[in-house]
Amino acid sequence: MNAGEAGEDEASRKELRPYKVYAIEEGVVIDHIPPKKACDVINVLGALEGDSIVTLGVNLDSKQMGKKDVVKIERKELSWEELMKIALIAPDASLNIIKGHKVVDKLKIKVPAMFEKVVRCPNPNCITRHEPVDTKFHTVSERPFRLRCHFCERVFEREEVSLI
Amino acid sequence: MGVVRKRQRLGSSKAVSSAVSSRIMHGKIPGKISSGLPSLSSRHLPSRPNYRNYKKTSKKTFRKNHHPDPAHQAHHPSYPNNVNFKGRSIISINDLTREEIIHVLETARKIEAMGEEKKRNLLAGHVLATLFFEPSTRTRMSFESSMKRLGGKTIGFVDPTTTSFAKGETLHDSIKMIENYVDVIAMRHPTEGAARVAAESTRKPVINGGDGANQHPTQTLLDLYTIKKTQGRLTGLNVAMVGDLKYGRTVHSLAIALSHFNCRLFFVAPESLKMPKTYLDMLAKKGIEFSEHEKIEEVIDNIDILYSTRIQKERFPDPTEYQKVKDIYILKRSMLGNVRENLKIMHPLPRVNEIHPDVDKTPYAYYFQQAANGIPVRQAVLSLVLGALK
Ligand SMILES: [Zn+2]
Repeated sequence: MNAGEAGEDEASRKELRPYKVYAIEEGVVIDHIPPKKACDVINVLGALEGDSIVTLGVNLDSKQMGKKDVVKIERKELSWEELMKIALIAPDASLNIIKGHKVVDKLKIKVPAMFEKVVRCPNPNCITRHEPVDTKFHTVSERPFRLRCHFCERVFEREEVSLI
Repeated sequence: MGVVRKRQRLGSSKAVSSAVSSRIMHGKIPGKISSGLPSLSSRHLPSRPNYRNYKKTSKKTFRKNHHPDPAHQAHHPSYPNNVNFKGRSIISINDLTREEIIHVLETARKIEAMGEEKKRNLLAGHVLATLFFEPSTRTRMSFESSMKRLGGKTIGFVDPTTTSFAKGETLHDSIKMIENYVDVIAMRHPTEGAARVAAESTRKPVINGGDGANQHPTQTLLDLYTIKKTQGRLTGLNVAMVGDLKYGRTVHSLAIALSHFNCRLFFVAPESLKMPKTYLDMLAKKGIEFSEHEKIEEVIDNIDILYSTRIQKERFPDPTEYQKVKDIYILKRSMLGNVRENLKIMHPLPRVNEIHPDVDKTPYAYYFQQAANGIPVRQAVLSLVLGALK
């Protein structure tokens, strides 16, 4: 268990570096958001509604992605629906859970097999647009990101669908 | 879904249900976090009740309403190997596996060969509701005739404006009411996905008789039955689809269904009505050989089945464009000089002018018998979902 702890600590410090601006005691850092999508993430999470500290970094350098955005929200816990919404905007995002000023866990967003109640079907003749039916979309592929409406069975590119 | 833990620590399994971990483990990434940190609070994972609901709905609706992507199908270990249709809704041809399609066609063949006496009592005591939220005389009559000839009864409506549906009742509530009166429901609706909503509103089996531009699975099954009946097999045939391949629901479903049987497909359509790319991608992914053509003459001598569809004037924004293409896609007797002996010409009907009447008397014309095959196929579907036949 102890082997490599020093290395891990160093790695952990390095990980923390970008998040030092307005260190928060508790909350979440959403990392690896596609560049210029940070505002979308903040909006779908309604992060500006309360008085929590919200920090965002736009166009940061990233080894993995070239450029990336990062969002940090104080005192934020993510619900299942919020995770689905993040998966739609930033399918490669990772989450850093912060407690007592420390990153206590890192989680990687995984695109769900099904999106429920978070996406509106763009097909105007879909039953979900005419009846009070919860929408449901199946992930057809992640790259390219394609979704299929459970009801009208049409396949859409990610860019074609909008969040509810 | 949701999240993949970068590091699965000892002692943290409480925070992650076994269901969650089994789903996410394959995406695990080696972690960098000190092992001395406290375990993750479950609050940060998708909350358990939500997750449970998610699992429950997907499992419950799975058998009845699952429609697999080619890509996903192989990953569903619970997909039934032994075919069982009792109580099941038939909403989309995409819900049916190859074996299930073969089973329906085989059942239709058995019913056709069945003695009259046995046939007359097969569905005695069962009631079918035919709910036609938009009129379709031939589909409704085909369902009603199928049911009645097997000894069953039918009730229903054609015009929803004269029923309670006009009063703003939801489809869900209407189906909940109707399920008390019948054993099986056949419905047609102008809105795509309506049959799926109906099926998820009731435990009685629902058969989709057409939902807008989406699906009409008994039409696809009767097309397959016709091909099998005329060619003696479904595999390895050369099948041409001609006409409006862009908006034609029947040809989309047929192409997908035939992809189970390794047929060589020829798509003959004007530039503006070509087969959509999503379908071509799907076929390519399944390794199906196909080609696109602009003229019937390019393929007519090398095919076993010619499936013709209507080219509707309304599909063309420019009427001169329609005038240009409409005559190219008319099948005439003079084009049949060198065709294969076993060629059969199919059409979902009604035809407008895409098949010249002089073709009707050739041995290749099969569109009228094709429509008649709707009876044994719908009888098979009704008998299977009602559990009268296995
Ligand atoms: Zn839809």
